[in-house]
This record gives sequence, structure tokens and C-alpha cells, in this order.
Amino acid sequence: MKLSKNALISTKSNKKLINFLVIIAVYGIVQLLIFLGILGDYYQVTLAMICINIILAVSLNLVTGFTGQFSLGHAGFMAIGAYTCAIITKRYDSPLAFIIGIFAAAILAAIVGVLVGIPTLRLKGDYLAIATLGLAEIIRILILNFDSFTGGARGLGSIPQYTNWTWLYIFTISTIIVIKNFINSSHGRACISIREDEIASESVGINLTRYKVLAFVIGAFFAGIAGALYSSYFYYIKPGLFDFMKSIDILVIVVLGGMGSLTGSILASILLAIISTYLQSFAELRMIIYAILLLLIMIFRPQGLMGTKEFSLSKIFNKKQAPHENSAS
Amino acid sequence: MAIITVKDITMIFGGLAALTSVDFSLDRGELVGLIGPNGAGKTTIFNVLTGVYMPTSGTIEYQPNEDSPPRNIIGLKPHAISKIGIARTFQNIRLFKNLTVLDNIRIAIHQNVNYGIPSAFFRLPSFYKEEEEILKKTKEILEIFGLDMKKDELARNLPYGEQRKLEIARALATNPKLLLLDEPAAGMNPHETAALTELINWIWKEFDLSILLIEHDMSLVMKICQRIIVLNYGMVIAEGTPEEIRNDPKVIEAYLGGDTLHA
Repeated sequence: MKLSKNALISTKSNKKLINFLVIIAVYGIVQLLIFLGILGDYYQVTLAMICINIILAVSLNLVTGFTGQFSLGHAGFMAIGAYTCAIITKRYDSPLAFIIGIFAAAILAAIVGVLVGIPTLRLKGDYLAIATLGLAEIIRILILNFDSFTGGARGLGSIPQYTNWTWLYIFTISTIIVIKNFINSSHGRACISIREDEIASESVGINLTRYKVLAFVIGAFFAGIAGALYSSYFYYIKPGLFDFMKSIDILVIVVLGGMGSLTGSILASILLAIISTYLQSFAELRMIIYAILLLLIMIFRPQGLMGTKEFSLSKIFNKKQAPHENSAS
Repeated sequence: MAIITVKDITMIFGGLAALTSVDFSLDRGELVGLIGPNGAGKTTIFNVLTGVYMPTSGTIEYQPNEDSPPRNIIGLKPHAISKIGIARTFQNIRLFKNLTVLDNIRIAIHQNVNYGIPSAFFRLPSFYKEEEEILKKTKEILEIFGLDMKKDELARNLPYGEQRKLEIARALATNPKLLLLDEPAAGMNPHETAALTELINWIWKEFDLSILLIEHDMSLVMKICQRIIVLNYGMVIAEGTPEEIRNDPKVIEAYLGGDTLHA
């Protein structure tokens, strides 16, 4: 965002450069670790889950954290994405089909988002949560019953595996950048104003329905991408993966990271993956410890790890800069 | 001449008639006060004017300038009403409390933003160009209200008087032709009220606006309003210049409850 005329151009491009370098460096290091065989299969799967969870959490945060619309239907959009991409790549097995599949997945999820968003987003709070929960269940049941397409309860197996670290990373970073750009735009501020006060926001000319549906559709779009990447990474999907609990899992990440903080969602995705990886050795105690940890975090940080603040690399290097971008989020 | 003409508006909630055949109009460039005891229906009129409530019957005609034909605005949603140039403030301040002063104003400018959503996603040149314009306009407004030094503070951390000011500034940022102020001086001390009176007067002259003002503070109303409309039990009981209202026996009886008047 342009701060003002007197904001030094050098600081702005410095900031971009630092972010760019870090993004490339992270990619390079992980790629190298995979290439050298230091990062084993198990850690690679964890890494893939982190990326997919980041896409899901960041997109749900736009809906729930920034626009203030409590949605429990995110897994439904993920399911649409997963099945769309899986069906396309199973029929036309090629890298091009994979790319087309991802975008088809995203667009189909977005279309369902529009159709569902327009009637349900009139509802508020708990009612909206129940309606979106119902939506996700309807999607799951439909997938379960159209078994000629979707394999029904047996699931869909031997999906061509195209998702790799490079694709995961590209889509994760793109999701974060696009949603961050959106939030720091006039349209994004319109969404945030709805969370703050619907009546006031309407009184200054914000079309509530339009912006609620917009946020919902963008969220659905990226959940579709996450689903597509998921199906192509794990080459087996079944309706049970996208049930109510999956939506809750994503919501937990968003709440834990901080509603209204993108970096919070990213941090929480990574943290939860690390915790559950370390807890593997505790077997049956695992879920109990996991739950206790969540409880403790919520007791001591009820606003989530980051609250509505954002973490920024350039700020560490350049502390003097005024935190403009955060103020919008 | 009239920017807004309210004709025979009745608003019934269940069995309660909050407004009964209310008629009044506001000329372009006029500053009118709307007074009345608590529960008289003043805020209900604002809510009807801004599309928050749909009146049971009646029409409201809006004509922002001579050239445009008068238009019935009943049935328009609040955001559409804001777009045609009617802005308001609220009795119990409704700021975006957790956002900065700057963002509160920037959000109000949103309706004049032309760059599309793709431009926001990918930061196309139109994004930077318009964001800069938004920022420029925001700063101008903040300077007018003397809030430019506090642009990065959260709205909820402002002192009460400045929150009121910010709300008026936010309403002005939507570029209104008609400004509805709902008890702008509520909770202010006499010193702040005097400053606010000046400010409203100044805004009125500077921005070429029509203002309809609800207020209990008679010093403010009597000082700046050209005309006053008095409401009681949802009916207009008197209308006239401050001098006429001050001496109207019906007003004294219904509203002031005696023969003394604090002016």
C-alpha cells in the first residue's frame, strides 16, 4: 500500500525486496532438504498439510475473522474442490489437466459460494453458522450419493499425484498475497467495516450483501484450491474427510491464530502441525494433550496468538516504520 | 426548492404508532432543528429517512438539485440512500471502534472508489492511483476536523467529544447533500457544545449542505437553526423560527412542561 507522498520509496521497495527474498529462500531451503533426502516422507506429508491448512485458514479468516461472518461450511468448499480436481485428473491424466483441474475446482467452489451465500448471508451469528454447517453436510451427502461420479462412500482412489512442494508453495504464497492485498484495499476495508458495525457500515454506503457474499466467494474459491491440492497430493479422497470436524479443524486454526490476523492463521497452522507431530509418540494421550494445549492457549490468549495484529518481516528490519498495514486488519 | 419533502409518513410498530402523518420539508441549504421530548419519534424519522425502517405509509421525495426530478426514496436500502447523498450520525456513537481514525474515514469514501476487485487482488496501477486519492481526501477531511494528528489512533481511544466529531467527519466523507445529525451534542460539556455549534455552523456554510439536526440542547438549537420542527407523540405539533417556537404555547406545554425556557 502506498503510505503517503512522503513515505520513502526506498523503504517501500526495501520491504518488498525483503519479503521476496525470504519467500524465495524458504522455498529453496525446503526444496534442497527434500532433494538431499534430509526431509523424510513423514515430514513432507506434514509440510503438505501445513500448506493446505494455511490456504484453508487464511481464506476462512477472510470470511470469519475479517468480515465477521461465522461460517462452519469451509470443508464443503474444500470437498467440491477435491472432487472436481480428482475427477478431471483421473480422466485426463496430464500436468495441464491438473492446472485446469485446480482452477475448475476453485471456480466451481466459488459458484456454489455465490448460490449459497446470497440466501444464507442474510442470517447472522449462530443462524449463519448452522446454515453453513448444513450446506457443508448437503455437499458431503450429495458426494456420498452420486457414486457413479464420486465413488460414494468407498471414495475416489488412484488420483494422479501432481501436487508437490513447488505447487503447494506457489499456491500457498499466492493465496496469502491475494487475500492480504484484498484486505488492504478499499474493498477489504468495506468487509472489515461490516465486522465492526453493520448499521454504521451500511450508513456510509457499503452494500452489506454484496461484500458479505464477495468475502464468502473468495473464501470458497481458495478452499476449492486447497481441496484440489489435497486430492492430488494424497491420491485418495472420501466424503468422510470433509465432514463437520474438518470445518471445525479449520476454524480452530483461525481462532487460535487470531480472528483478523493472516499471519496468525499461518503461525497457527504451522504450530498445530508441529504439536501434533510431536505428540505422535504419546499415542492415546495425543488428542487429550492437544485439547489441553488448545484450552490453555484460549485461556491465556483469548484473542488468539496474534489478535488482529500482523507479523511483518520488514518491521523487524525497519522498526521505525509506522504500522499502517496492520491498522487496516 | 425543497431537497426533501416528507409527506404523510406513518410508522406503526405492532400496535404503537411511532409516527402519525408526519409532514415537513427541508429547503436546499437550510439548517433545521428537530426537537421533541424523549420518545417523540425523532430518531424514528431519521431511520425512515435513511432506509433503516420502511414506513407503514407515506412518501419521501428527494431532489438534491434543481435539474434532477424528485424521487421517492422509500424502499431504498440504507447503502443506496447514502449513495444518493443522505448521510447521518447516530445518537449512540457508531464508529468502527477497533479501526483507526484514518480507516473510519477511508471506509466512508469507499462508495466513490472505482477500481475493481481484480485491481485490489493484484495491485494494478489503478489501485495505487485511487488509494492515493483516497488518502489525500481522508487527510483533508481529518485536517478540517483537527483530527489529523490522531489519524493512527483507534477510534475507541479517542475522547468522547472527538468521537462525535469523527462520526460527523465520517458522514461528511460520503459527500452528502443532506446531513442528518442525531444529538451531536449529547454528553458534551457546555464548552464542547459551544465548539460543536461553531463547527456545525461552519460545515453548513462551507459544504453547501442541508442539515437536519436532532438535539436536546436548546442553546445549540436556538443558536444555529433557521427553522425548528417540534414533534410530540409522533406528530408535528409546531414548526417555525426559533423565536416562534420559543413562544409557542403548545410547545411550552408539551415539550418544556411549563412556562420557563432555558435558552
